[in-house]
Amino acid sequence: MLNQYPAWKYLLLIVVLVVSALYALPNLYGEDPALQVSSSRNTAVDISTQESVRELLQDADVPFNSILLADEQILVRFADTEAQLTAKDVVKEGLGRGYVVALNLAPRTPDWLRAMNASPMYLGLDLRGGVHFLMEVDVEAAVHQAEERYISDFRGLLRENKVRYVKIGRYIGKEGDGAVEVKFRSAEERDKAERLLEKEYPDLNIDDEDRGDAYFMLARLEEQEKRETRKLALKQNITTLRNRVNELGVAEPVIQQQGDSRIVIQLPGVQDTARAKDILGATATLEFRLTDETHDAEEAARTGRIPAGLKLYTQREGGHALLKNRVMLTGDYIIDASSGLDQQSGSPAVYITLDGKGASIFSKVTGENVKKLMSVVFIERKTETRIIDGEPVKTRRTVEEVINTARIQEQLSKRFQITGLDSTKEAHNLALLLRAGALAAPIEIIEERTIGPSLGQDNIDQGFASVVIGFALVLVFMAVWYRGFGLVANIALTFNLVVIIAVLSMLQATLTLPGIAGIVLTVGMAVDANVLIFERIREELRNGISPQAAINSGYAKAFSTIMDANITTLIAAVVLFGFGSGPVKGFAITLSIGIMTSMFTAIVGTRAVINLAYGNRRVEKLSI
Amino acid sequence: MQLFKKPTTFDFMSKRTMAVTFSALLILISIGSLATRGLNFGLDFTGGTLIEMGYEHPVDLAVVRSTLEEAGFPEAVAQHFGTSKDILIRIAPKEGKSNADISTTIMTALRSVEEDEVEMRRVEFVGPQVGEELTNDGGLAMIYALIGILIYVGFRFEYRFAIGSVVALVHDVVITLGMFSLFQLSFDLTVLAAILAVIGYSLNDTIVVFDRIRENFRKMRKGTSVDIVNASLNQTLSRTIMTSITTLLVLIALFVVGGELIHGFATALIIGVVVGTYSSIYVASASALSLGISKEDLMPVEKEGDDLDHIP
Repeated sequence: MLNQYPAWKYLLLIVVLVVSALYALPNLYGEDPALQVSSSRNTAVDISTQESVRELLQDADVPFNSILLADEQILVRFADTEAQLTAKDVVKEGLGRGYVVALNLAPRTPDWLRAMNASPMYLGLDLRGGVHFLMEVDVEAAVHQAEERYISDFRGLLRENKVRYVKIGRYIGKEGDGAVEVKFRSAEERDKAERLLEKEYPDLNIDDEDRGDAYFMLARLEEQEKRETRKLALKQNITTLRNRVNELGVAEPVIQQQGDSRIVIQLPGVQDTARAKDILGATATLEFRLTDETHDAEEAARTGRIPAGLKLYTQREGGHALLKNRVMLTGDYIIDASSGLDQQSGSPAVYITLDGKGASIFSKVTGENVKKLMSVVFIERKTETRIIDGEPVKTRRTVEEVINTARIQEQLSKRFQITGLDSTKEAHNLALLLRAGALAAPIEIIEERTIGPSLGQDNIDQGFASVVIGFALVLVFMAVWYRGFGLVANIALTFNLVVIIAVLSMLQATLTLPGIAGIVLTVGMAVDANVLIFERIREELRNGISPQAAINSGYAKAFSTIMDANITTLIAAVVLFGFGSGPVKGFAITLSIGIMTSMFTAIVGTRAVINLAYGNRRVEKLSI
Repeated sequence: MQLFKKPTTFDFMSKRTMAVTFSALLILISIGSLATRGLNFGLDFTGGTLIEMGYEHPVDLAVVRSTLEEAGFPEAVAQHFGTSKDILIRIAPKEGKSNADISTTIMTALRSVEEDEVEMRRVEFVGPQVGEELTNDGGLAMIYALIGILIYVGFRFEYRFAIGSVVALVHDVVITLGMFSLFQLSFDLTVLAAILAVIGYSLNDTIVVFDRIRENFRKMRKGTSVDIVNASLNQTLSRTIMTSITTLLVLIALFVVGGELIHGFATALIIGVVVGTYSSIYVASASALSLGISKEDLMPVEKEGDDLDHIP
């Protein structure tokens, strides 16, 4: 008998429908304003933390709906955003550092749905509001820094072994390739140095170069080492940025590598972009050096003659200082820092804690140099891309300032404080940066997309309205045009929309505004398969074929056309996805999912309903 | 309801010289405009800064402009966006000055001269290196899509159909781009996405027609190639129009209520769907026809064998 579906096909349809409906369901529940507490480091979030959060909120009379500990995070839900904001201040203040307290929106998915892992679609930043940064890591700068390190290593090694050299510095070749350059007075001295260096640093490529009667030696890093350095710099930057984002207190941040030298950062819900940029992009670190007291720094600045073994710095308060070349301690050994006010002077201060190794180095050097002057140097490296003659050109800038000079009164060790900062805000930011660790290479924001909360909501509303209106228009049109069959197509179209939403929710794919546009477009195009089938059935009927046979041959003949047409559209969608930058990817995803689900619903779905209505009986006329 | 009560018998192909002239004219205008006026590339491609701010009351643009000037951005372009309470500020990338801090400086300046709350609605900054990459990648994406489709259609049909469909696609893309150039509509990333979707849509349409042409070449024993193409176009006509209507319905919904951010996207698709519908009727079939498709090309050898078995 024609037009009957086996039971398993109906079963399949029912299963798909039920599963889709269940997984699409969480999207209907909405969200609660919530607070998310997690640990930043050295702390654990457990039942006792949960209890202290509860007590803090109860003591401050902040009403909350529920408090829950899961996945080492505490989630507190509130009835309104006002309570949420008050709670954030209370909890942050009460718990102190070591915890990340972030604002969040928690889906109101009921427990039984959550138990089967159903959750609402993940909204993109253009819908929920927030900041998107694309950062470029100046990985070459990391290579430069590696070369700088060799310079000080060479200096020490040559001096220890009494090999005499004239000058040692960085060499920059014509193609921007760097090397360490050492100048000698004679070829013999150079040979001696080369033997020494080759033994100590077998990985370096060492070449001779004679220019006139000067003898030079160039030491280059091997390509392999440069690659490693770049990779390491990128990795370390990601770690540092993650720490900094934690310090900012953001729920569900995204920090991802993109390509060889880029990092994508997405901070949902963040509005204060200025602070985010300051904190994320900052490369500030500290260095401690001994101050020279025998020469006049101002005269050195004026004449440009810098005594051997010293380096000239500007002071933040104006003027100059001559500091010893040798670094006593770098910011790398700092494990904790907090800001406050100096008890004697009342000026902003940063309290620093060193790790074990740092503490032993620092107590040794300060012990050897009691009563001498020590300076704190604030270093900031910046990379900027400027347009020069229409072409983007990368410029690098390093700011090195002495922020504080003080006499070493006693041997310093694990904990000490520094002053000389302009404001409490600067002290606060510096402490944060020192805590989170320094960036291995400067970064530059090369793309920013920030969407405010009101625009995000507008986008959701408008996107939702266009789906509803577009959908309604198509439903009405199909019903008027194809009557009974049109209604069947409408059932399939509704089914299709539910499946798309379910698939997006299951994949936790990001829904963006162009993604919504993709759904709307899919709605318009999904009926195409049904139009093809229905027109074919009408045609067969006109040719005088019986209704049952017309249905059968209409579906059969339209099938390959539908496949061909959809596969070509899918090719375009896949290319779009591959090219995909941010929001466009969202469009490609919804379009591809829509094409695939619509083939199923428009062919199998409508056929099932039509078979149920017409199959296995005598039919005189079709409602088409 | 039916679009055509009886099967139509329009003689599409007799007017193909007219259609070709019309298409050629449109393409000439498009290419002419693209060459002389170019596309009004949006921030995504040119780089620069864009800021959208929301005020609590209608705002005077003159005040905004003078504030911008004082803040050191005389080149900034300020305009109302949607309502008179919203403003949009654009700053093109400038020699020696282009970084992510510009938006912060401007927002601070605008907030300092306004007593009420000024709300940040949107900030976009695209560095010069990103814009350039996007332009290259976007062009490449379009070429990849075309090649992928050419291969698929060539594999499924025949090379003449593949060429016909790609001619139609290029036709649609050039005219859609041409309209954007002619009316200087802003061309951003979403428009590029829309154009790739147009490629998909137009192809969808073309394939349906080709599928029927192939079927008819195998089925209809009488008639010239022109007759067969005409018959195929007539048989698929109501489907072609129906699908265009439903797609246009949702696109119009998107255009009207989808908001400013999606405007360019909807516009590009509306143009593309209209042009694509026309091109799948005239351009694709006419090109395949002029390349000389014939019955013999489309008769697969094994199918003929099948036919013989049925002869009693």
